[in-house]
Amino acid sequence: MIWLNVVVSGVLLGGFYALFACGLSLMFGVMKIINLAHGDMAVVAGYTAVFLVPKFHLPEVWSFLVVVPVFALLGYVVQRTLLQKSIDRDPFTTLLVTFGLSVVIENLLLEIYTANAQSINIGSLIAKSFALNSTIYVSYLSLTVLIVSIVVLGALQLFLSKTSTGRQIRAVSDDREAAQLCGTNYRHIFGIASALAFATVALAGIAYGMYSQLTPTAGGVYLLFAFETVVIGGIGSLWGTLVGGILLGISQQFGAHFNPQYQVLAGNILFLVVLAIRPQGLFGKKVAMA
Amino acid sequence: MSDSVAASPQQRLLEVANLTIHHGQLLAVDDISFQLDRSEVLAIIGANGAGKSTLLRTIAGLHIQTSGTITNEGEEISKLRTFRRVRRGISLVPEGRRLFPSLTLEENIQVGAQKAADGPFNIAAVYELFAWMPARRRQKVGQLSGGEQQSVAIARALVANPKVLMIDEVSLGLAPIVIERIYEFLPRIVAQGIGVLLVEQDVSQALAVATRVHCLLEGKTSLTGTPKELSAVAIEAAYFGTMHASPTKEST
Repeated sequence: MIWLNVVVSGVLLGGFYALFACGLSLMFGVMKIINLAHGDMAVVAGYTAVFLVPKFHLPEVWSFLVVVPVFALLGYVVQRTLLQKSIDRDPFTTLLVTFGLSVVIENLLLEIYTANAQSINIGSLIAKSFALNSTIYVSYLSLTVLIVSIVVLGALQLFLSKTSTGRQIRAVSDDREAAQLCGTNYRHIFGIASALAFATVALAGIAYGMYSQLTPTAGGVYLLFAFETVVIGGIGSLWGTLVGGILLGISQQFGAHFNPQYQVLAGNILFLVVLAIRPQGLFGKKVAMA
Repeated sequence: MSDSVAASPQQRLLEVANLTIHHGQLLAVDDISFQLDRSEVLAIIGANGAGKSTLLRTIAGLHIQTSGTITNEGEEISKLRTFRRVRRGISLVPEGRRLFPSLTLEENIQVGAQKAADGPFNIAAVYELFAWMPARRRQKVGQLSGGEQQSVAIARALVANPKVLMIDEVSLGLAPIVIERIYEFLPRIVAQGIGVLLVEQDVSQALAVATRVHCLLEGKTSLTGTPKELSAVAIEAAYFGTMHASPTKEST
C-alpha cells in the first residue's frame, strides 16, 4: 500500500511537471529553441497573480483569467521582438538571449519584491483532500492541477491536429522554408507557438504559487524539472510530456520515500538512464511535432 | 522570343532583369535577364552548379540577390518576403519535394491551400488532376513513392492558384515512366494561364515541354531560344561550355 501511495503522489506531481514542461516542449518542437527563461516566466506569472491580480478585485484563485491571456500576449511580443532576432542569427544566440532574460527576470523580481517567499492564497483548498482508502489521501489541488494538465495537453493536441493554424505550426516545425513556400509567415506562427507556450507556463506558475512558496530564484530548479520531463517523454511529443512528467514525479516520490534528500537525485537518475538508453525520449520522434 | 518581347503588361507575369546572385563570396548567377508570360513554359537548363536552383530560390525570396530586379506583373518584388511573393501568385516546387513528413497527404495540400488566391485549383480540383490521391489522402507522405511525393509537391503548389509556377528538378531521382506521368499534367496546368518556370537537368524532357529555353553555364546565360530554333549541337555546346554558342536570341 505504501508503494501505491508513492505512485499516486508521483502521478499527481507529474501532472504539475507536465503542465510546466509542455510550453518548453512546444517551443523546442516548433522553433528548435530551448528557453532558459521558461522557469522564470512561470515565477513571474506567480508573482503577477500575487501582486497585480488583487488590484482588479479578483480572487487569487481566479487569477489565471487575467494572467493567462496577458502571458499569451507577452509570449507573442517577446517572440516577435527579442527571440526572432536571435533565431535569425543562430541557436547559440537564442540560448544566450534566453539565459540573459532569465538573469534579468530573477534580478528584477529580487529588486522589486525582495527575496521573501510569496504564495497565492487559495484559502482552505490548500489543505483539502479526500481518501482513496485508509492510508492514501488525494489533495484536491493536486488532482485539479493534474486534470488541468491533461485538459491543456488534450486541447493543444486537438488544436495542432485539427485547426488550420495548428497544421501550419506543424508544417513550420517540419520545414520552415517549405512552409514559407506555402505562403505561411513563419514568424507569425512562431509568435503563436510562443503565445501558447507562455499561456501554459502561466498556468504552471499559478499552480506552483498555489502549491508552494514563490521565490525569485525558484525558476532555475523548475526549468530543470521541465527539461527532464521533456527529455524523458520525448522532445516535441505532447502526450510524451505527460508521461515524462508522471515518470519523473513517480521517481522523485520513490526517492523521497527512502530519504527526502534523494527526491531530486532519483529524478535525475531516471533522466540520465532515459538519455543513455533512448536519447529521443520515450515517445519522441526525430522530426515530428506532437 | 519575339512574342515574349511583345507581350502586353497583362500577359507578362515575371521579368527578371540583370540578376546577379552570390553564395557568400561565390558568384552563383551573373547578370541574368528573362521574362515569363502567361501560359508559357520557360525551361532553365544547365549542368550541376550552373545556378538554376539558386535562380529559382531567389525569385521565390529564399535567397537575396546581390543586384538586379525581379518584377511581377509590373511591380518590383525583390524585397518582398517569400510568403508575400507566394500570396502574389509565385509558387516554387522545391528540389527534393520538401513535403511535411509529420503531415498526411491531405494536410500537406491543405497547408498549400491556406492562403490560396481565387482560381481554378482547389483541393477537389487537384484530386481530379491526380486521381490516385483521394484514396490515400490520410497517409503520411513518407509512405508515398518518390513519384507520388513529387505529385503531392506539385499539388501543394497548385492549390495556392499561382500565376507563376516554378518547378525545380521535377525528374530528379524518379523513374522515366514516373517522370512522363508527371509531365502529362503540365499542358493542363499551362492551359489555365499559369506561366511555368521549369528547372530541369533532363534536357530532352525540358525541350519536349518548353515554349522557350534558357541555358545557364557557370551562372551566365549561354543560350536562349525556342526548342525549334536551337540545334542539338548548340544546346550541347551551351550546356557543357565546349564551344562558344551563337549569340543569345532574347532581347528585352
